[in-house]
Amino acid sequence: MSEPSLSAGPIRLARGHRVQFEQAQNCDVLLYPEGVVQLNESAAVILKLVDGTRTAADIAAELNRQYPGEDLTADVREFLEIANARGWIT
Amino acid sequence: MHEGGLPNPAPSIKPPLWLLAELTYACPLQCAYCSNPVDFAEHGKTMDTETWIRVLRDARQMGALQLGLSGGEPLVRTDLEVLVAEAHSLGYYSNLITSGLGMDAARAKALKAAGLDHIQVSFQSSEANQNDEIAGTRSYAHKIDMARAVKSAGFPMVLCFVLHRDNLHRLSEMLDLAIDLEADYVELATTQYYGWALLNRDRLLPTLEQVREAEAVANGYKARLKGKMDIYFVVPDYYENRPKPCMNGWGSVFMVVAPDGTALPCHAARQLPGFEFPNVQTMSIKDIWQTSDAFNRYRGDAWMKDPCRTCPEKEKDFGGCRCQAFQFTGDAANADPVCSKSGERHLVDEAISSARNTTVETPIIFRNPKNSDKYAIKLSELSPGSK
Repeated sequence: MSEPSLSAGPIRLARGHRVQFEQAQNCDVLLYPEGVVQLNESAAVILKLVDGTRTAADIAAELNRQYPGEDLTADVREFLEIANARGWIT
Repeated sequence: MHEGGLPNPAPSIKPPLWLLAELTYACPLQCAYCSNPVDFAEHGKTMDTETWIRVLRDARQMGALQLGLSGGEPLVRTDLEVLVAEAHSLGYYSNLITSGLGMDAARAKALKAAGLDHIQVSFQSSEANQNDEIAGTRSYAHKIDMARAVKSAGFPMVLCFVLHRDNLHRLSEMLDLAIDLEADYVELATTQYYGWALLNRDRLLPTLEQVREAEAVANGYKARLKGKMDIYFVVPDYYENRPKPCMNGWGSVFMVVAPDGTALPCHAARQLPGFEFPNVQTMSIKDIWQTSDAFNRYRGDAWMKDPCRTCPEKEKDFGGCRCQAFQFTGDAANADPVCSKSGERHLVDEAISSARNTTVETPIIFRNPKNSDKYAIKLSELSPGSK
């Protein structure tokens, strides 16, 4: 079976996953059953926009609005594909 | 937190990420592979609610993020919901590691309301009679009901099947059961030979052929269920030629607090001679983590001997497991003898042959207080380094 592809519809964090800021590590982390991933700044910014209402395209548009200049669409898409393959989002 | 505050007294020691709270050694099950110490019945008094709450607060302040609520059977504690609520308000990701005994649908809901994040339910087998036989308690039907209750309460669920010689051939049945119960993750937890499992090693260690067959089955399901259910299967380290990166390094991310408050760098460390393990009732979590001899003894790599000291892989596996090194060679600072570079690898191979020559008629020693009193002495005589 091939990798489940990134949904074109609204995406949300997978069940039991959450993002929170950790003072001791001075970064955002993704938490899930028995696991922790430290997030870099861009990963954290993207994942915080994953809220069950926005699609991947909405998230890219939102970030392009917040950070005008370079087009971030491809980078956002690439990260979300990885997050999807790792089971962080559905 | 650091800016403008006091300088960090030990900048090279990173904070703990994992706190494993062994809330009690009491357990309705008697599994012969339990990782609890064989002499658990001789340990001190189990800590009360207030003391555990202080431990949770102090460890969280240090940076601990993942909290394992374990035992024994943590559901034995009637204050579990109180501890979960505290953990939730502190910002932990809380994991309940349970047999399911002591749970009912209402309690699953109460734990969800208290803020518990995830539940891991262990099974002894996919087959009811075998499950109950290995657990030493009639428990299978209840576990099935509780796995369903856990899911319907809205928890992500890990199912944990503990694997050994007698049940490894049922792997596909176990995975089918996990699919049926809608597990989010499945841990195919190969028995690790510490505590009770070490006592029963000859009887429980599977053959290499069994392991390879099981590995193929697990890989088939993994490929088929990718993206739907995560499956973890780890080959028993006796059959590897490099050691596991035990605890991700001693005193690196993990702290265990035993029911009596003893703080340990891993579940099995209490057996190591020449240690005075600190207790959370008399020393702060911060001091235990940063300055205690117990947590610093095998931190980093200054303690290493050859072949680890000069090994390019030492940053990957940290020399393996200190307890395993002790159990086989009598010196916890030796290389984990699982490693083919260890001069003592033959000891692991001898353990494998010894298990191969042990028949299934050999009785299993169940984990219970009576056997704890009886075998605590025997095991300490077996350990080569203990005096």
